[in-house]
Amino acid sequence: MSEMAASRDGYGAALVKLADDERAVDLEADLGKSTKSCRFRELHPERTFCLGISEQNMMLVAAGLASSGYKPFASTFAIFTERGFEQVRNGIARPNHAVHLCGSHGGLHTGTDGSSAQSIEDLAIYRTLPNMTVIHPCDDISTERLTLQLSALSGPSYMRTTRNKRPRIHDEESAAALRIGKGHVLREGSDVALLACGVLVSEALSAAETLAADGIEVTVVDMHTLKPLDSGLVQQLAADCGALVTAEDHSIIGGLGGAVAEMLAANCPVPLERVGVNDTFGESGEGDELLEKYGLSSQYIVAAARRAMARKS
Amino acid sequence: MSMAAGGAEGQPQVAELESVALVCRRAIVDMVHKAGAGHPGGSLSAIDMLVALYGTRLRVRPQEPDWPDRDRFIMSKGHASPGMYSILAHSGFFEVEELDSFRKLGSICQGHVDSGWTPGVDFSAGSLGMGLSFGIGCALAARLDASKRTIFVMLGDGELQEGQVWEAAMAAVHHEVNNLKVFVDRNRIQNDDFVDKQMRMFDVPAKWVAFGWAVREIDGHDMGEILGAIEWLDSVDAGPAVVIAHTVKGKGVSFMEDNPSFHGAAPSDEQLEQAMEELQ
Repeated sequence: MSEMAASRDGYGAALVKLADDERAVDLEADLGKSTKSCRFRELHPERTFCLGISEQNMMLVAAGLASSGYKPFASTFAIFTERGFEQVRNGIARPNHAVHLCGSHGGLHTGTDGSSAQSIEDLAIYRTLPNMTVIHPCDDISTERLTLQLSALSGPSYMRTTRNKRPRIHDEESAAALRIGKGHVLREGSDVALLACGVLVSEALSAAETLAADGIEVTVVDMHTLKPLDSGLVQQLAADCGALVTAEDHSIIGGLGGAVAEMLAANCPVPLERVGVNDTFGESGEGDELLEKYGLSSQYIVAAARRAMARKS
Repeated sequence: MSMAAGGAEGQPQVAELESVALVCRRAIVDMVHKAGAGHPGGSLSAIDMLVALYGTRLRVRPQEPDWPDRDRFIMSKGHASPGMYSILAHSGFFEVEELDSFRKLGSICQGHVDSGWTPGVDFSAGSLGMGLSFGIGCALAARLDASKRTIFVMLGDGELQEGQVWEAAMAAVHHEVNNLKVFVDRNRIQNDDFVDKQMRMFDVPAKWVAFGWAVREIDGHDMGEILGAIEWLDSVDAGPAVVIAHTVKGKGVSFMEDNPSFHGAAPSDEQLEQAMEELQ
C-alpha cells in the first residue's frame, strides 16, 4: 500500500473500458474533468451528453436514455447529485431505470473547498431508496473493477468516489475477487472487526497495525458495498469477533455505520462503535488534516476498537 | 398492429375524434367519481389533444406496448391520469373495465401515471417538472438508434413554474433534438388557484421563443386546430417545437369549467348525474 491513488481515476479508467459497449453513454453536468468522465467524452463525444450545470435535468435525461435501452453513466460531485435527489427517487429508482450515478468528491477528505463541497450524507440518502445499489470503493483499482460490474446491473446505482489520493489498497489480483454486495476481507483476526469504506480503509489497516503491536488481532474489511449490505459477512464477524467498528468519511447517521447497526440490532446484537463525521459539517483544510480534526483518522479507529472490545460481555 | 398515423385509410374525421373525446370525457368523470378522488380538471383540458395524438399520429402497438421503436408519449403532468387511462383503454391497451379500479389497491390505474403499472404508459410521473428532461433522454436515444420515432411530451402550465422545465428547455435546443414535440396544456389553473394568482406566467410563448424553440399557439379544444398543430410539429426539423394549447380546465362539464376546485376533486353523486347529462 505504498502507492497513492484517487478513486475517481478508477471511474475514468472504467469508462474507457466501457466505451466499447455501444449502449454505454456518458452524462455530465460541467464537472466531467473532475469526475474523470472526460476520458469517455474524449473517446466518444457522440455518446456523451453535456447538460450544463443542471443536475435535475441530467437525472431525467439519463432515465430517458435508460428507458430506451442505453446504459447511462451520469456523474457530478456527490454533493450536487443531492440537488437532484427527488429526481433520482421518482425518476430513476422508482421506475427502476438502470442509471449509474457517480458522485465524486465525497466526504470531508475533499478538502479545501470547504463544507459546501463535502457531502457527508450521500450514502445515507441513496441507501434509503428501493432498487438502488450503493457502493463506495476505496481506491482506483477497485473503483474501476466495481464500475465495470455496475454496468451489468439491471437497476440503478449510486457510487461515491473521492477527489484526493490515498494509499492504494488493491492490486489487480485482489481486485479480481471483488464483487458488488460482498465485503472484501483484507486482514483476519478474532478480537475485533473493522469495517471501513472509502478513504478510511487505509486508516483502518493502519489502525490494525497499531493494535497488532499490542497483541490485538483485528479483521479489516473493505466494505465497498453499503447496499445490499453483506449481512452474511457482518453476522459471521459478529459471531467470530464479538465486537465491530465501522469507519467512514460520512456522517455516523445512516451510512455504513447505520447500515451495520440496523443489521446487528435485528439479528445479532454485539458491541458496535461507529467512526464517522459526528453530526457536524466540515470546513476548509487539507484532507488529512480534516480526518484528524474530525476524528476519522487511524488513532480514532484504534480508540473505537478498544471501546468496542471493552464492551464485550 | 400499429395504431398508425398517416395510414392508407387517412385521418379519421374531426367528428369521429370529437365523439371519441366525448366517450373519454365521460370515462374521466366516471372514474374520478368511482374513486372518490383524482384530477378531472386537467384531464378534461388535455383530452382533446390526447385523442388526436392517439387517434391519428402516435405509432404505438396496443398489443405490444413495449415495442422498442414506438413513438413515446410522456405525460409529464402525471395527475392527468384519468385522461391517459381513458384514451389508453379506448385505444385497446387494456380493458375499459380496468378504469373502474382507478386508485384502488392493486389497480393497474395508479393515482398518477406509472410505467411500472400500466400498459402504454411510457413515463412514471406524479412529481411535476421532470417529463421534458425524460423526453430529451428518449429523443437522444432515438437519435443514437438512427430511429425516426418521435417523442411527444405534455406539460401543464402550472408545471412551468418548476425550474427543471427550463433546464430541459435549454438542453433540448442545445442538443438540437428535432424529434421532441411538446404540448403545453395552458388551462390557467393549478392546484391552489388560478396560475396567475399563484405565480404570474406573463408571456408563456415568448419564454419558449427566447429559449430557442419553434412555438405555435392553438385552441386546444378545436380538433381541426389540434390536427393542424400535429402536422406543424412534424414539419419542424430544425430543433424542438412546442404547441401552447389554450384550454379550459374542466372542459365539457359546466360546473368544473374554469373552476380551481375541480383541479383535484371528485364530483358528488348529483354532480356526476349532471355531468353525464351534459356530456351527451
